[in-house]
This record gives sequence, C-alpha cells and structure tokens, in this order.
Amino acid sequence: MRVLLIEDDRQLADYLRKALGEVGILTDHAADGRDGLLQAAGGVYDALILDRMLPGLDGLAILRTLRAAGNRTPVLVLSALGEVDDRVEGLRAGGDDYLVKPFAFSELHARLEALLRRGQADAPQTRLRVLDLEMDLLKREVTRAGRPIQLQPREFRLLEYLMRHAGQVVTRTMLLEQVWDYHFDPQTNIIDVHVSRLRGKIDKDFDPPLLQTVRGAGYLLRAQ
Amino acid sequence: MTAAGRRADDLRLRATQVLRSSSFRLAILYVLLLSVSAAILLGFIYWSTAGFMDQQTNATIAAEIQGLAEQYRQRGLPGLTNVIRERIVRDPGGAGVYLLADKDFKPLIGNLDRWPAGVPDAAGWIRFRLLERGPRHNDDHAARAQVFTLRGDLRLLVGRDVRDLEATRKLILEALTWGLALTAALALLGGWVMSHRVLRRLEAINQTSRDIMEGDLSRRIPLAGSGDDFDQLAAGLNHMLARIETLIAGVRQVSDNIAHDLRTPLTRLRTKLELLRTDLGEGHPAAAAAEDIIADADELLGTFNALLRIARIESGGQRAAFAPLDLVPLVADLAELYEPVAAERGQQLTLDTADAAWVIGDRDLLFQALGNLVDNAVKYTPEGGLIALSVTAAEQAVVIAVADNGPGIPAALHGEVFRRFFRADGSRSTPGSGLGLSLVRAVVELHGAAIALLDNRPGLRVQVQLAPTTAANKEPPTLGLTHP
Repeated sequence: MRVLLIEDDRQLADYLRKALGEVGILTDHAADGRDGLLQAAGGVYDALILDRMLPGLDGLAILRTLRAAGNRTPVLVLSALGEVDDRVEGLRAGGDDYLVKPFAFSELHARLEALLRRGQADAPQTRLRVLDLEMDLLKREVTRAGRPIQLQPREFRLLEYLMRHAGQVVTRTMLLEQVWDYHFDPQTNIIDVHVSRLRGKIDKDFDPPLLQTVRGAGYLLRAQ
Repeated sequence: MTAAGRRADDLRLRATQVLRSSSFRLAILYVLLLSVSAAILLGFIYWSTAGFMDQQTNATIAAEIQGLAEQYRQRGLPGLTNVIRERIVRDPGGAGVYLLADKDFKPLIGNLDRWPAGVPDAAGWIRFRLLERGPRHNDDHAARAQVFTLRGDLRLLVGRDVRDLEATRKLILEALTWGLALTAALALLGGWVMSHRVLRRLEAINQTSRDIMEGDLSRRIPLAGSGDDFDQLAAGLNHMLARIETLIAGVRQVSDNIAHDLRTPLTRLRTKLELLRTDLGEGHPAAAAAEDIIADADELLGTFNALLRIARIESGGQRAAFAPLDLVPLVADLAELYEPVAAERGQQLTLDTADAAWVIGDRDLLFQALGNLVDNAVKYTPEGGLIALSVTAAEQAVVIAVADNGPGIPAALHGEVFRRFFRADGSRSTPGSGLGLSLVRAVVELHGAAIALLDNRPGLRVQVQLAPTTAANKEPPTLGLTHP
C-alpha cells in the first residue's frame, strides 16, 4: 500500500507519515500543490490524502485536474473548512471522502483503509460471510452457526456494512454516514447503543465474540 | 384555479394591502378632518343665510302688523276689516296671509278658509301648512304667522307664505350636502391613489429586504431616480446594506482564517498526543493522562467547531445543499436513531407523521437541528418519560414538533435558551456545550422557518414550522458519499 500525502504543514505531514508508517502504510509527501500534482499524476498510488488549502495550487484544482486526466485514484480530502457547502464542493470536485481538521488519527486511518480496500472484491455479492456469521443479501436473512438471527432493517444495514469492512476499524462517524446516510454530529453516544443492541443479537449466545470495540477509534468486526 | 380567479385574488390581495397601508389610513384621517371642517363651514353658511331670510320674513310680518294695528286703533274693527280686504284684493296671489275670526275661531274675513290647527308659542307665533287648490293639483306649503286676541275675543292672524323661503333653504341644503359628499369622495380617491403609489415604493423595499433575509446579500433597493424622500431613504438603506455585506464577508473571512490557521496546529496537537499515547503503550500510567488530554482537547475542539459552524450558518448563504426533501422519512430516521437511547433511559419515544411533508432545505443541517432537539428531550426528560415526535403537513405550513413531559423551560427563559452557552439550570454541570439550541436557531433561520417553545403541560414542546413545497418539483438528491 502506497499513499501520497499532499499537505503544506511540514510538522503535521511528518507526524502523519510516522503514524501511517506504524500501521503499515507507506507514505510519500509533497509539500505544495504543484509538486503534489506532478507526483500524483506520475506515481502509482493506492490513494491520495489531499489538503484543500495549499500554496501554489489549490487542492480542489489538483483534484479536478487529476479527474479530468482520467486518474481514478481514491482521494481523501483534508480540510479546515467543515461546512456542508465545503464538503459538497470537495465531493463535486471528485473527492471520494472528506475529513475535517482537526481529526483523530484513528478516523483518518479508518477512512483511508476503507478507500484502499475499495476496488477489491467489488463484484456484486449475494452472500457475505465472516467466520460462522452469514448474511443472505437477497433473502435478507442472517444466521450464525446455522441459527437464524432476527434483525431490524437498520440493524441489517449496520451488520452488512460491518461485514463488508470485516477486519477494518470503522468509526462512529463512518457508521452514521454510511448506515444512516446523515452527516451530523450527535451529542450523545447514540451509535454505541445501536451497536450494543446488534452485539446482543449476534454475539450474546455465541463464541467467540465478533463485534469488538476499539478504544478511542470505533468498532471492528473480527475477520478471523 | 383559473386565470381570472387568480387575477381576482391578486386584486383582492392588492386592495387589502392598500386598505391596510398606513398611508391609506392617513388619507382616511385627512378625509375625515376635511369633511368635518367642510361640514362646519357649510353649516355656518347655511345657518346664517337661512337665519337672515327668516329675519326678513319676520320683519315683513311685523311691519304688516304695525300697519293693521294703526288702522285698528284709529278706526276700530271696520277699519281693520277694510284694510284686510284691501290688502287681499290688491295682491290676490301674494304671500300675505290674513284672517280675522270670532271667539269661536269662525273666520270673519281673510284669505284663509279656516283657522289653522296648532298651538301658538308664547310670543304668538304659529307655523302651519297652507293648502292651495290649483287647477290641476293641490299645493301644500309652509306658512308662518303671528296671532293676536283683540277686544271682544276677536282673533287676528297675520302671516306670510314662506314657500319660497323653504325652497331656497332646501336648495342651499342640497347644494351643501352634495358639496360635502363630493369633497369626501375626491379626498378618498386621492388618498387611494397616493397610498397606492407609496405602497408600490414600499413594496420594492420590502421585497428587497425579504431577498436579503433569504441570504442574497447582494440585493439593493431600486431607486426611482426622482431624488424624492423615498429615493433618499432607499439610498440610505442601500448604503447600510453595502456596509452589512462588507461586515458579513469580513466575518466569514475571519472565521475561515481562524478555521484554517487554528485547525492545522490543532490537528498537529491531536496527532502528537495520539502518537504519544501509542508510544507509551497500553498500561503505562502516563497513557491514561494522555487519554484525558485527548478527551479535553476534543471537548475544546467540539466547542470551537460548533461556534464556527453557527457563525457560518448565521452569516447566511450556506445553501449549496438546499434541495426539495421529504421530512417524514427524515424524522422517522431520527426517531429510529434515538429510540434505543431513549429506551435505555426507560423513556418512550413515539412518532406520528403525515404521509409526506415536502420542504426545500439542507437535509444534513435539518437532521442536525432536529437531532439536537431530540437529544435535549432525551437528556432532560426523567426516566420513564414520554417523548413525542410529530410531523404535520398542511397547505400553509409543515410543522415538526418535539414534545416531552419533562421539567420544561419556564416561559421567562424562552427567549434566553437560544443564546450561546446558555444553560437552563444555571450551572455548567450538565454535559453539553450550551450551543445546541443556538445551532438549532441558526439552522431554522437559514431555512426561513420559525421555531416556538410551548408549554406541553407538563414539559416542553418545541415546534419548527417550515414553508411547504410541492412534491411535483422534487429532484433526486445529487450529493452524498457513496462507498460500496
């Protein structure tokens, strides 16, 4: 996995490279827009992390140029501008995900992993399987160890998302955006309550527990 | 609705506007003042003219009486009878009225065939009707006379036919009435025209201010070019608007700068802390401290972000994501999202919605605002409480209500709760930033909607009222992240 980080803040870039290195992601760095565009267009990267406000060339201009040239590399846009309008602009310019500064590294990491794994195994699936947990997407049925589990529609979507990202950390914000389809900032731990309900259904009477809480980050559905 | 019906409606609306305008009311006041003063003036003219004519008649009657009295003194009853006869013969169609009668009011001589009915006043004046038999029709007109009692209980009546006087008086009265009516009508018409003109100018100002409130800060009031006081007012307002636009652009610039210049170092800070925690490893005593510091930093960042966000929304123009949307599934999602938290607190969360409620708005911001309201309800309603979400859609308005049976908010504080950092309990011990309702209000205002806090007896009922749009002009939403 190789990622290009285009970020003008040298210190932040250094820390991010170090932190990404520790989780096994190799990172190249470009400190301004022009270099960033050249490197992104020339190199072969699995993903780009692109700061929106850059000296030399605006982040969104880089994104548009890359997309216009047919470059389909997944791009995670970092921005200090967090409003809905800003997000809409970022996504319209061709970004795949948008993360507002300041962010938790765990959030960046989880989202980057999600981007890096897209494109793999994207063939339409009708069944998902994680250990002895099985989901039939057509019949909308879930079984664990062969025993049927009754889920509410939203619980089904939540489990489907977790299963599609089995082995990856998913954050609460990612769940809100992907399972509930809202960008918003809940003031209470509403997602935790939903997850613990789901856990009660898929883990309570079974072994081993599959749905794990990752402290300070989010949740993880065990893949092995 | 037919085109004619719509035109009639427009006209009605227009008329109501004119009738309710302050300039029209002022015009009405002028009409009243003018009418009253005209009435006083004309009344005075009438009174003095009629009074003068009355005096003339009275003087004539007095002169006749004096003449008759002289004859009576000098020549007694025969002299009086002679003079009366002479006067009647000399002027048969004249205005003089004479009658001499005996003590039983039986006519002796005169040009009246009987003594008139009616009681004379203290000075002996009597008013009566004269019946004149004409060739084709009988004519009935007014007369006035003075009566005397002579020696031997003879009665004398001397008076005049006042037909001409009455006719003149009537003519004057009619002319005065018409004059008054015409004055009032002209004043009314003038008032209408004037207020219509004034209203048109004011409407231009109103329209502009509405556009501006909807976020289009670049709008200005059109000038008529005449340099009149309205133009001066418009020019003044336009100057003010330009100034406001500059200031708001400044606020936006500053908050963008703050966002950019502080967020990057804050990200650095947070990333460093996270690295520190990782480097220390689980179980290291300092790792727990690092964890605490990260939590503190997150709280600080949360407040910082919320403030910036409110400022951005309040400065308006945040409408890129505005699209037609149905609030019913949105509120249903909200209920579904919060139901487990409410259940955990032993609360019951109910949902009651119309079939559809289309509005134009920003889906995420509305979800955030309504989410804050539900969040508050869950937070402040005691265990076992009831929280009711509802959406009603009428032709005039879509109303979303979040009602609970918790402690409520005293009416005196209803205006305060939207202030930044306001806490109803006065302490800062409850969790939360105190910015939730400020954000709600900013979002509500961005949507041109209204928010009301009502007493749910007991508890609080918050109602957000939006303008509906027809489902016909809905489009599929064009944005959103899509991951496989």
